[in-house]
Amino acid sequence: MSSLRSELDRLFDLSWSGRDSGLFGGWTPSLDVFDEKDHFVVTAELPGMKNEEIDLSFENGVLSISGERKQSKENKEGETFRSERYFGKFQRSVTLPAAVDSSKITASYKDGILTVTLPKSEAAKPKQIAVNVA
Amino acid sequence: MNPTLTKTESQNVRSGSPAVETVTPPANILETKDGYVLEAEMPGVSKDGLEVTVEGGELTILGRRTAVEVKGREVYRESRRFDYRRSFELDPSIDTAKIVATIDQGLLTLHLPKAEAVKPRKIAVNS
Repeated sequence: MSSLRSELDRLFDLSWSGRDSGLFGGWTPSLDVFDEKDHFVVTAELPGMKNEEIDLSFENGVLSISGERKQSKENKEGETFRSERYFGKFQRSVTLPAAVDSSKITASYKDGILTVTLPKSEAAKPKQIAVNVA
Repeated sequence: MNPTLTKTESQNVRSGSPAVETVTPPANILETKDGYVLEAEMPGVSKDGLEVTVEGGELTILGRRTAVEVKGREVYRESRRFDYRRSFELDPSIDTAKIVATIDQGLLTLHLPKAEAVKPRKIAVNS
């Protein structure tokens, strides 16, 4: 019974990912998260976009990256032989594992990779505690 | 279906080759009035890491990722750190000397013009 349950869960997951990546024309850009002591770095692979097509927001410890990639003129007018690229909307969210100073978040976009730097709030930074041995 | 540019092959499926794992970049191929346009997604690759070669009627694109310097701990990872590689068989109508490649924000665009001789030509009819 439990295996049937997990199978159903899996099917449900698959149908959702299928919906995200195919039928509605969106896609799921891959996301990486790094913990660099005093800040987090989140990177997303977003090839072939423009800065203004990418939206970033941060609320309640959750970073959201969304946007829409539009088809080029050639993609609209040319006769297609192979079509593996996704166009349309995407949305990804990531919950940061510790508190972040939202006023100091910065982002850059280079070589099709979005890099978001999120400084940890003072309380969340690791602290060195000196131990005095008598 | 036109057989042009349909064959694709990545290095890692070739048996007996050294085990260099690569990622096959997703690609679009379109035919325009003057030739073909090939787009391949290679996030993390700049102009310097890109290699496009034509040999024996086969076009190969190779993209080396710019190394990202991360000192910290990896919390979560979905991206694959391998380089990109993909080969396409070229239609004989393509003028290989005139292929132009550009890369912008990790999107490689190749313009593959058809040779003048094979372009459709309008012929005036004299009455």
